[in-house]
Amino acid sequence: MSNGARAGVLELVRKTGETGVFFVRLLAACIPALSRPRLIIAQIYNAGARSLIIIMLSGLFTGMVLGLQFYDVLNRFGATEALGTAVALALLKELGPVLTALLFAGRAGTALTSEIGLMRATDQLTAMDVMAVDPIRHVAAPRFLGGLIAMPLLTAIFTVVGLFGAQLIGVQFLGVDHGIFWSQAQSAVALKDVTEGVVKSIVFGAVVSLIAVNEGYHSEPTAEGIGRATTRTVVASSVMTLLLDYVLTAIFL
Amino acid sequence: MSRQNEDERPRVSDSQSNPGADAAEAVIDVRGVHYAIGDRPIFAGLDLTVKRGLITAVMGPSGTGKTTLLRLITGEIYAGSGRVAVFGRDVGTLTSRELYATRRRMGVLFQNGALLTDLDVYENVAFPVREHTDLPESLIRKLVLTKLEAVGLRGAAELMPAELSGGMARRVALARAIVTDPEILIYDEPFVGLDPISLGVILRLVKQMNDALKITSVVVSHDVHEIATIADYSYLLSDGKVVASGTPAELARSDSATVRQFMTGGAEGPVRFHYPAPDYAEELMEVAR
Amino acid sequence: MRANRSLEIGTGLFVLLGFAALLFLSMQLPANGLKFSFQKPIGYDVTAQFDNIGDLKVGAPVRMAGVRIGQVTKIDFDTNTERAKVWLRINPRFNQIPADSSAAIDTEGLLGGQYIAISPGAMPTYLTNGSQILETQSALVLENLINKFFATEANKSHGSGGGAKESK
Repeated sequence: MSNGARAGVLELVRKTGETGVFFVRLLAACIPALSRPRLIIAQIYNAGARSLIIIMLSGLFTGMVLGLQFYDVLNRFGATEALGTAVALALLKELGPVLTALLFAGRAGTALTSEIGLMRATDQLTAMDVMAVDPIRHVAAPRFLGGLIAMPLLTAIFTVVGLFGAQLIGVQFLGVDHGIFWSQAQSAVALKDVTEGVVKSIVFGAVVSLIAVNEGYHSEPTAEGIGRATTRTVVASSVMTLLLDYVLTAIFL
Repeated sequence: MSRQNEDERPRVSDSQSNPGADAAEAVIDVRGVHYAIGDRPIFAGLDLTVKRGLITAVMGPSGTGKTTLLRLITGEIYAGSGRVAVFGRDVGTLTSRELYATRRRMGVLFQNGALLTDLDVYENVAFPVREHTDLPESLIRKLVLTKLEAVGLRGAAELMPAELSGGMARRVALARAIVTDPEILIYDEPFVGLDPISLGVILRLVKQMNDALKITSVVVSHDVHEIATIADYSYLLSDGKVVASGTPAELARSDSATVRQFMTGGAEGPVRFHYPAPDYAEELMEVAR
Repeated sequence: MRANRSLEIGTGLFVLLGFAALLFLSMQLPANGLKFSFQKPIGYDVTAQFDNIGDLKVGAPVRMAGVRIGQVTKIDFDTNTERAKVWLRINPRFNQIPADSSAAIDTEGLLGGQYIAISPGAMPTYLTNGSQILETQSALVLENLINKFFATEANKSHGSGGGAKESK
């Protein structure tokens, strides 16, 4: 193995360890952080309400594209009645959680990383620590919890908006029967499929929030350092989302 | 992390004879501290003592680890060897709960204020009170406004930190540092980058806090002339050691070359202006070749 | 304090919206979940009874000559006749369906869902609210068809292999 590759692998291992240790500290700080619900509400607003527009728009277009594509494919088999089933399952089990997690990483994750990174660079975290206020409890934990709570809700909104987007295309423009669309969707979807989507979204929410908060907390306290940390947040959380998606899908099947 | 686990003594006996300081209790006692970042040694056997109720200045050229000293005192980092005792206890041996208890008796004023950017001035000052006590809002309000009045910024309570000038931000940070009535107040480069008026204001405030509130003050600075007007006792650091100490008057009279260079700001002297480099002429020849 | 209020309202709206979406997904979508019909179709109701409705679902369309004229609004089991009872809501535009029309359960495409096909009769009176379609044809259950097919095939091969011992 070349020197560069070895250093890369070592850095990956170190980063994993750093994130793991941070995760434990974060979990320990989550219970005391609950005593300040106001901070968590503010973070649900930051991570969730502020991502709402982008999530709804993306959900709508994703649903519309799915409507077109599945219609095209199903039409070749003369089975356009199955459009509702195909769209509902695709959104619920895969695209809803995964796309929401990727968008969440780009919108809320980067904001978290740069915000915490900036607090690190301007000594705000140190100042808290010196004022005997644990910055993990006061800064990191509320942001982690906010992301954890916001993600499943965002995913559900994405999925529902996507379903209506697909219905818009399939029923209004392509002429699939309205009743067939929904009854087919309903007959094929089991509660287990909904559970799969919700579990995925919770796991992705935890992973993306953890990575974002950790990168910010451990970012180099310079402008370039924060920039690099933000990039790492997007890259690492995207890769982890897709990797865990495979693992979770394999478990659920 | 190798720490010397000495017996905890309730009071640190002062072995060094410190002219100018009376037999007051040593609130901070640094003994034989070695500290290195990677391979670069920052401190090699540092000794200094801060007496209760006095303003102690820690001076030195940039890069002599003044901020590192501050972090050692607040227990953010631990000495490689030696002992940093605050209120008579080695901060390196404290549990995190004890460390937090110790920190609540200290206030630190950071270089740029380190105000929390998502809170306004009022909430910034109220922050430590809200975090550590369950006082009613009316009492918090009284406390915060008193401290803001003391730094002359009661009118700025509604402003956000981004709207403050550097000097104002530092005064707000000072109000925040004293709102919990600490016993020790540590200033990290409080005069850097201030206009002469703000500088004068901060200088007077440091003195006032010390006199009125009987707070023990540690001022880390390289602004020799400013600090000389208020310090009761000064330490001059260079190359990880205390090279001179005494009252400002004593330092001014010193004939040590390092002290003279630092006090007068000369480029030539024991503290080199040039970063270590190969021979100048030789390197130029190399380029010519 | 005003900034605080709008933050709380924003967060509240987001959380409510999120839970509404979650509720929709977990209650409305799965077949075994609780259902509220979210689009009440207008029109008049007729009923029909079938021996076997196969895979027919509430919401399935009712078609005449392939044109959608209404949808299934309710499916129940009639304990008196021991048959399935299906309520159809027909669009009021199609108010001239002969009363002796027949209803059959058909399948759309190979994989599609089932729907009710109405074949018009010849009577001069029309179906109105509350009338019942008497002549019905049950769903073709694919498995039954396949079973039948294999049964006859097996019989055939058995017959030819064993030298035509049995004849019908």
